[in-house]
Order: sequence, then C-alpha cells, then structure tokens
Amino acid sequence: MGLLSKKDAQLITDPLTDDNPVTIQVLGICSALAITAELKASIVMAIAVLFVLGIGNVVISLMRNIIPSKIRIIVQLIVVATLVIIVDLVLKAFAYELSKTLSVFVGLIITNCIIMGRFEAFALANGPWKAFLDGIGNSLGYGVILIIVGFFRELLGSGTLLGFKVLGDPIAKTGVYAFGYENNGFMLLAPMALIVLGIIIWIQRSRNEALIEH
Amino acid sequence: MGLKQNLHNLKEKYKGTKVAPAFNALHTFLYTPNDTTHAGTHIKSVDDLKRTMNTVIMALIPLVIFGMFNAGYQHHLAFGNIQAVTGGFFSPEFWTLDNFMVGFWKILPLIIISYGVGLGVEFIFAIIKGHEVEEGYLVTGMLVPLIVPIDIPLWMLSVAVIFGVVIGKEVFGGTGMNILNPALTIRAFLFFAYPTWMSGDKVWVNGAVERTNEILAGAEVDAISGETLLGTLAQGKEVVHSVWDMFYGFIPGSVGETSTLLILLGGLFLIFSKIGSWRIMLSATLGALAMGLIFNGIADAGWIGEGSKFYSLMSTNFWHHLLIGGFAFGVVYMATDPVTASQTNKGKWIYGFLIGFLSIMIRVFNPAYPEGVMLAILLMNVFAPTIDHYVVQGNVKKRLKRIKVKTA
Repeated sequence: MGLLSKKDAQLITDPLTDDNPVTIQVLGICSALAITAELKASIVMAIAVLFVLGIGNVVISLMRNIIPSKIRIIVQLIVVATLVIIVDLVLKAFAYELSKTLSVFVGLIITNCIIMGRFEAFALANGPWKAFLDGIGNSLGYGVILIIVGFFRELLGSGTLLGFKVLGDPIAKTGVYAFGYENNGFMLLAPMALIVLGIIIWIQRSRNEALIEH
Repeated sequence: MGLKQNLHNLKEKYKGTKVAPAFNALHTFLYTPNDTTHAGTHIKSVDDLKRTMNTVIMALIPLVIFGMFNAGYQHHLAFGNIQAVTGGFFSPEFWTLDNFMVGFWKILPLIIISYGVGLGVEFIFAIIKGHEVEEGYLVTGMLVPLIVPIDIPLWMLSVAVIFGVVIGKEVFGGTGMNILNPALTIRAFLFFAYPTWMSGDKVWVNGAVERTNEILAGAEVDAISGETLLGTLAQGKEVVHSVWDMFYGFIPGSVGETSTLLILLGGLFLIFSKIGSWRIMLSATLGALAMGLIFNGIADAGWIGEGSKFYSLMSTNFWHHLLIGGFAFGVVYMATDPVTASQTNKGKWIYGFLIGFLSIMIRVFNPAYPEGVMLAILLMNVFAPTIDHYVVQGNVKKRLKRIKVKTA
C-alpha cells in the first residue's frame, strides 16, 4: 500500500484479522444473527455500515474538539441517526424489496455497538483521515464476517447464492437434489448464525493462539 | 497370546505417537489394562466409566431388538400384509422372523453410521488434543439410532452426528464437560434442519416415503400413512390403537421409543444397578401426571371448547401421556444422563419434575413440536447447573444458621 503509511494501513488491516470487531471484540452480534440468512442482505448491510461508520467517524472526528463531553453520546446518536435515515431512504427508494427483508435492522444500525464503540474509542481522539481509515477498516471487518456467515447460511439453508440456485432445484430434483440432498432448514434459524460465528471464532483462535483469553 | 496381548503389543508399539490414544482406547474398551500405575493412590473398583456406559447399553439392547421387530411389524401392517396382533405382548404373529429381518436391515445401518461417524469424530479429537479417547460416545451412539425415524436418510444422520458430537460436546471439552445431552442435540439438529424427515405421517413406517414418491410418479397404489399417536391426537383424530398396544409398543414412532413395557424394565435395571437416578425418573413421571391432570381439569371444566386445536391433546387421559411418544424413553435414558442432569438430590427432584411438566405442556400447546420431551430435557439441561447452585447455596445457608444457633 504505497498510498498509506504502515501505521495507517494497519488501521484498515487489523480489524480485518486480529482485531476484528465481531469475532474478537464480539460487537454487532445482533445484526450478524438477524440478517445473515441471505447473502444479499448481508452484503447490503455491510455496505450500509461501511457508509455510516466511514462518514460518521469523520464527522465526529471533525467535531471532537467542540463536543462537550457530557453530551457527547447524544451528539454521536444524532450523527448516526442522520446517516442511518439517509441509508434507509435510499434503500426504500432504490431497493424496496431488500429494505423489506432488512426491515427494522437498517434502523437498528443506530444501536450497532461497533459504531458507537468506534466513535468513543477512536474518532474522539484522532484526526479525520485516521478516523476515516479506522471506520472503513472496522466496517470491512464487520462486513467480511457478515458475508462469510451469510454465504454459508444461504448456501446450506436455501441452496442458493444471491438468489441463484447453485445447488440445483429442490422441487424439480435437479443438481445435488437428485442424489437425495436436502436443504438444512436449521441454517435459516438464528441459532445457527451464532454457531457459524462460533466456528469462525474457533478457527481464528486456533490459528493464532495469542487471541485466546485465559 | 490372545487378542488381549496382541492389542497390548499394538498399544506399546504406538506409545508416544500421535495415534496412541486410538490403540489405547481399543485395548481398554475390551480388556482391563495389563499394567497398573506404580505410584499414587490406587482405587480398585469394578465400576469405571466404561462399565457404567456398558450397563446402559445392556439396558438398551432389548429396545433395539424390539425396535427391529416393530419396524417390520409396522411395515407389514401398513402395507396390509398382516393383521393387527391381538394376543398380548408375546403374540407369535408379532415376533416373526420376517418382521425382524425387515427391521434388522433398516436399523443395522443406523447403528453402524451412528457409531462409525461418532467414534470417528471422537478419535480425531483425541488425537488432536493428545488425550485418551473418551467413553461418552458409547451410550450416545446406541441412543441415536433409537430416537430417529426408521426411514431417516443415512447422510442426514451422519451430518447430525458430526454436529452433535462437535458442537454439543467437544467444543465444551469432551465427555463430562458438555451442557447438553449429545444424543438429544443430534436429534434436535435433525428436527430443526430436516423437519420433513422428523415429523409428519410418512417417516415412521418403513417404505411410506417411497410409496408416496411412487404415487407422485403415477403408480396406482394406496398411500401409506403411519403417524405417531401424538400426530393423530394433535389433528384431533380418533386413535385406533388400544392402551395395551401403547404399553407393549405396537405403535409407530421412533425406533426405540415405542415399548413402554421394555423401557420400564430397562429403567428398573438402571435403578437397581445404581446407574440411573430413580429420583429423576420418578419426579419426571409425577411432573407429567401433574401437567396432564391440570389439562384434563381444564378440558373437563369446559374452559376450552371442543373446536379448539388443543382440545384433543388436552382431553387425552392424563396417564396415556406416559405411554405415547418418546416420554418414557426420554425420561429413563436421557434425563438421567449423569453429566447433564442436576447433581444434587434435591436438584434432581426439581429437574425431573420440570422435565415432566414441560414435556406435556410443549406437547399440548405446540402441535408443530409434538415431541415435547426432547425440548424439555434440553431446556432443563441448561438450567441444571443453576438449580444445583441454589440447592448448594441453600444448604450452605442452612448450615451457617445451625452454627450461629449453637454459638449464640
């Protein structure tokens, strides 16, 4: 990365791996459970959070010296709420079906712990460029996990990816269904999202023992 | 130089290598070790973990054999090849070789898959972790074929067994550390993942699914239906089986759960060999009877109309609940699992009672999940440590009070 200094690059790469907001800090689990039954919804959610956190971090960082610390949470909430409403309206205007699927969870980005967490922990103490990189990095880290979980849940639960029947048609019994394969309905239920997430955490920690808490 | 010595030599040969636990397990499963430890305390007991597990398996064997006969009997009955038996438990028309062979060839693969896949996972984990192979799967492997429908596809069973052993047990640290009963975790996984293969009126009788497919393909044959009694009751239909059929087990259902008589004998065997807890079995039965009586009371008092979808299950004679579905099997063989049940005596009463109580409640109020006992046991497995905690704390408080009274 020629454009970024090594330290700046780490702001983006760390949250993708060893400081992942979902698997290491265990934040933003609620939405990871709720909307990952379909890959498409996961991707849109990831983009929405990328937008909100990227811009939100910059805005908070710019205002960091003028926000009275007593009311900073309220100010942060207003910033998130504004951005989330923009996302919500854009989705309703251009992707109505999808906004139906995501339903309340777009609005609930406001309460996503990752966003408030980054505002508090990073944007209030760093300049806008760094805050921007941090926002991008963390939302990418969140998005990667969402997409992995969404990929497995949609593939094994519905036999599709982004709505395409990659495993064949379950009703006409083509593809793998001809051999007696059946979709795993459990994958579409929220507990399985937690278990898939747990398996990702398991794999990650067994590859890097420094991450294991004792 | 018998088998024992050969196994011992194999064990010695692979000592210190990665696969050592596998050979060690093979040897000690069949025989006592050739050598004893040379230091430390020795406790000589016939009652080690493997013996405990084998005792439970012995208590399950009659159910396996009965399950084989019953699978064939239900198959032939549904296909109209034979008449329903009327001559009691020892009716020769039931105990025919033909019935047995039909069931044998369906159930043997279930057992082989269950043990093969499950022990495979256990061996792999033992080798990765570098510790001994744990005995826990010996019983689970026998329970699993008994609590699934006869026609379950084998690959589904394999997936479920891998899931159950890894997520239900190994992630917590193996046998003795698991929160949930592994066999029930496997069944719950199947139930939620492949509901069409775990409920309805086709999977309980061997051949019914194939027959349905033939009809879909255009064959001119009669459809076969073989609901469990719970399914029949949930739909408010008349039950054709007599109470004695329910007690003997001549009814459709999961492979090993139907015969209340044999489960009762197995339960007595477990109680007298001091493997299973009589407190849990008794309190669960009382809990189920209590809930059944409450429901009967509600139905008799007329608080709920005959048109209600709950009416038929609610008005079912309260003690019939003990005979139908998997209640008896769950209570005797699953609820008493020493790892996941409550450990304290008082805790066992509470734990058992709530299992019985909740089983019947789930059974009646959620016809989509007729097998309430599975969910009730899993739920109480989660609560067992909490129950124990409060029982122990209560005891601590009581004894502290006693000291205070003495010193004052």
